[in-house]
Amino acid sequence: MSAIAGNWVAVGTVDDIPRRGARCVKNGDMTIAIFRTADDRIFALEDKCPHRNGPLSQGIVHDGCVTCPLHNWVISLETGQAQGADEGATAAFPVRIDGSQILLALTPAAEKAA
Amino acid sequence: MKEKLVIIGNGMAPGRMLERLFEAAPGRYDVTIFNAEPRVNYDRIMLSPVLSGEKSFEEIVIHGDGWYIDNGITLYKGHKITGIDRAAKTVTSDKGEIASYDKLVIATGSNPFIIPVPGHDMPGVLTYRDLDDVNAMLLAAQSRDKAVVIGGGLLGLEAAAGLSERGMEVTVLHIMPTLMERQLDPAAGYLLQRALEERGINVMCKANTKAILGDGKVEGVELADGTVIPASLVVMAVGIRPNAQLASDAGLTVNRGIVVDAGMRTSDADIFSLGECAEVDGQVYGLVAPLYKMAEVAASRLSGDETARFEHMDTPTKLKVTGIDLYSLGDFAEGDDREEIVLRDAAAGVYKRVVLKDNRIVGTVLYGETADGAWFNDLKRKQTDISEMRETLIFGQAYQGGGQLDPMAAVAALPDDAEICGCNGVCKGKITNAITANGLTSLDGVRAHTKASASCGTCTGLVEQLLSLTLGDAYNPAAVTPMCGCTDLGHDDVRRLIKAKGLKTIPAVMQELEWKTSCGCAKCRPALNYYLVADWPDEYADDYQSRFINERVHANIQKDGTYSVVPRMWGGVTSSKELRAIADVVDKFAIPTVKVTGGQRIDMLGIRKEDLPAVWADLGEAGFVSGHAYAKGLRTVKTCVGSDWCRFGTQDSTGLGIRIEKFMWGSWTPAKVKMAVSGCPRNCAEATCKDVGIICVDSGFEIHFAGAAGLDIKGTEVLGHVKTEDEALEHVVALVQMYREQGRYLERIYKWAKRIGYDEVRRQIMDDAEKRKSYYDRFVFSQKFAQVDPWSERVSGKDKHEFKPMATLSLEAAE
Ligand code: SRM
Ligand SMILES: Cc1cc2nc3c(=O)[nH]c(=O)nc-3n(C[C@H](O)[C@H](O)[C@H](O)COP(=O)(O)OP(=O)(O)OC[C@H]3O[C@@H](n4cnc5c(N)ncnc54)[C@H](O)[C@@H]3O)c2cc1C
Ligand code: SF4
Ligand code: FES
Repeated sequence: MSAIAGNWVAVGTVDDIPRRGARCVKNGDMTIAIFRTADDRIFALEDKCPHRNGPLSQGIVHDGCVTCPLHNWVISLETGQAQGADEGATAAFPVRIDGSQILLALTPAAEKAA
Repeated sequence: MKEKLVIIGNGMAPGRMLERLFEAAPGRYDVTIFNAEPRVNYDRIMLSPVLSGEKSFEEIVIHGDGWYIDNGITLYKGHKITGIDRAAKTVTSDKGEIASYDKLVIATGSNPFIIPVPGHDMPGVLTYRDLDDVNAMLLAAQSRDKAVVIGGGLLGLEAAAGLSERGMEVTVLHIMPTLMERQLDPAAGYLLQRALEERGINVMCKANTKAILGDGKVEGVELADGTVIPASLVVMAVGIRPNAQLASDAGLTVNRGIVVDAGMRTSDADIFSLGECAEVDGQVYGLVAPLYKMAEVAASRLSGDETARFEHMDTPTKLKVTGIDLYSLGDFAEGDDREEIVLRDAAAGVYKRVVLKDNRIVGTVLYGETADGAWFNDLKRKQTDISEMRETLIFGQAYQGGGQLDPMAAVAALPDDAEICGCNGVCKGKITNAITANGLTSLDGVRAHTKASASCGTCTGLVEQLLSLTLGDAYNPAAVTPMCGCTDLGHDDVRRLIKAKGLKTIPAVMQELEWKTSCGCAKCRPALNYYLVADWPDEYADDYQSRFINERVHANIQKDGTYSVVPRMWGGVTSSKELRAIADVVDKFAIPTVKVTGGQRIDMLGIRKEDLPAVWADLGEAGFVSGHAYAKGLRTVKTCVGSDWCRFGTQDSTGLGIRIEKFMWGSWTPAKVKMAVSGCPRNCAEATCKDVGIICVDSGFEIHFAGAAGLDIKGTEVLGHVKTEDEALEHVVALVQMYREQGRYLERIYKWAKRIGYDEVRRQIMDDAEKRKSYYDRFVFSQKFAQVDPWSERVSGKDKHEFKPMATLSLEAAE
């Protein structure tokens, strides 16, 4: 169950997400993808590739990046920025781990605005 | 004070000249270049691969902007020189720039010739010379409409092949009776025409263009005999003319081209000329090899060496159309004093002809099999008396001496001064020396040091053979292309080491083989996952996080993030019950599109990910299993109705197809595998363009392999003939297993088979019964673990997390 605590919303536990994988959180019309890397870091991005809106949650997670399933853009999990020669960014949301709970803030991190 | 060197034109010839000049006389000149084309120097030869999509422009740049900066060159891009003032020693550009020179080099290349028929200046009529032409053609090709190429020479045919590759319907008009008549004799011209026609390019010889029709833009071409060919694009590739106007305006001696002496000097001692615009000893040239020679001579002269001289040379012609091998050299006209030796192998599409005069080679035409080109060229260049080997000459070098057939031995036997790279005039000795002197281990290294195979690339195979000859086992061609940025190892090495070191998990592979990243990337992980599944079927635990989404969720992702579902329809046969079940599922889940696929089954498109398990549950109840339409694995086995119904059917093709599909479904392969079984040679199941195909005949089954009908189109090769269905199944299974064990990830069967050799496949599968049986057994073993319907597994709860959101916030957030 999800509950809102201040700005932070609890969306599930770390174990809900496979390592090098992702799960989705639906927030109204928006889908947010929560990623778990090989070393158990958790990141949240809007589930929309800056290229053509591909669902990033369906991509392959490697190091701190995810490769989009539609046309292989590589997106940084931390910043949402496209890597390499591609240009564009998707919104990144702050996450916090409390015990095994994942807490998500629903305002995008500053990178996006910059 | 540095001397001022000004160059007009920035093509391949002056580019090479500057490289040599900077080596011979560094810092001597202040260099300024004016180029009418608004870009740096690139490999013009490779425009055809850019047109066909095999290369990008960035890949064919010879000197990037950095090179000009590093060498202190001022490059005026998009400046056309409009006048040379020889008295004042200045040149002036159309943008008003004036530059003075101590030495001037004119390298303006050629202009494409345009036949002045009515309509030649309409939009939609292009030439084929530079990147702008290619870009214009690519734009036109988006229409996938009809195109006409006027001119059946090298350029015209490369343009035609490229446009056809890009989806246009192309007709080539050629005024002469056979194609490339200047380089090919009629027999080879005919074979070439047939090969192009097989690729869907229409060829009309003796076609005399009368007018280009259209109202404001091209609509068609009219021939002298009144025929009208509709087209929205016309490419004229009918020849080139040396671009000598500027020189003749300046009062230099100009004949066909700008007349220069053997030292590349024009009639003005301070002005040089080289490239296609220059005429030496009455000859002009249109291939880069002689132009690069000119560049070397000009560089020597400019660096103060007055001895360098250009000498006439014959250059072999090769056509850069993938899959067409053609080689022509010298003079092959008939004559009373000439003799010829001809070899034809109609089945293999091979034609070879050597023209002799006084027992010496004067010309060679090779079609279909061109490996001996370099050897014939060498004999010709050295004017070797061939009487001793006359009987076997035409069979090529491998037949001379000890009757060896090994291509490696043939290259080993070439003398050190045999030319390997025609474009850059690099001989064998230079390459082997560069390899040893610089410790080179890769093709790229050889290219960087010698330029060999760096232009048109047709000698790449020879250079690789030289690398293996010189380095022995230390040369490992796979090292040339690492799997991805995470490792220096190529696919073959990784596969070998996985077996040799007994590596059974992805982390183990990455650790033992020293991966450079912590957990790989989207290129290597799916490949490793496949290799491990294929090599350790019973032990490896499939890593779903290393599979592409389609294989991870067993459905095909669509552009809007929904999925499509394709159930198996064995051999393309279905029933009212199955169709009814599909209809019910479509209604129940409001599936927006239902489509019959190109693989004889039904695709339901636009299903929400969350609905997938429920859709599969309903399909499963009707007996459907996954069609693996998403898998690098067995896709479809297409069949025709065969002896059950068809009046021509010789065997039960439908039954055999279903049997194969039921036997092989579920197997993972390096890339997808598609098969077909046709009941007779009419081949209604299109078996001869599949990865594996079977044609039933009265006496049994003809097994085919290595066809392609996707990005590339290629008819199959015949594997062999067998008498019974059981044998057919065993051979097909063994072939696929061989591919599963050796193929590189994402390499289709036709590419794999070409790489290792069709004969090698036949030897192992047809001739070596023991080998065949062991491949077969290993496949059967791996199927024990692979033939589990992934859909029913997921219906029973596997990977539940994939199909459900982790949380839905809308309600709480609204509170
Ligand atoms: C559905 C179908 C088109 C149709 O409506 O008929 C289709 C659809 C797709 N094809 Fe195909 N191909 C389909 C038959 C073919 C055929 C014809 C055939 O199988 O007889 C070919 C030519 C033969 C061949 O395989 O080469 C074909 C050559 C390709 C290729 C080029 C492969 C190549 O190596 O040349 C791709 C791209 C790739 O695989 O990388 C491709 C890729 C695709 C993908 C998977 C594109 C993608 O990555 O999303 C499409 C998936 C759509 C979906 O979700 O279903 N499809 N595709 C056909 C499914 C057949 C089936 O029942 O499984
Ligand atoms: C599609 C295609 C395929 C080919 N394939 C092969 C092949 O397989 N093998 C082979 O050996 N050869 C091939 N060639 C031929 C080869 O590319 C040419 O022979 C070679 O590039 C000519 O070099 P160049 O330096 O003489 O002239 P170019 O490369 O033509 O350079 C001349 C340059 O001068 C510029 N220029 C002209 N006038 C002026 C002016 N007044 N002021 C300033 N700049 C000016 C032009 O814009 C042009 O950029 C091919 C050519 C084409 C077009
Ligand atoms: S040809 Fe195949 S890959 Fe291309 S759009 Fe059609 S279905 Fe998709
Ligand atoms: S939508 Fe992500 S790469 Fe195209």
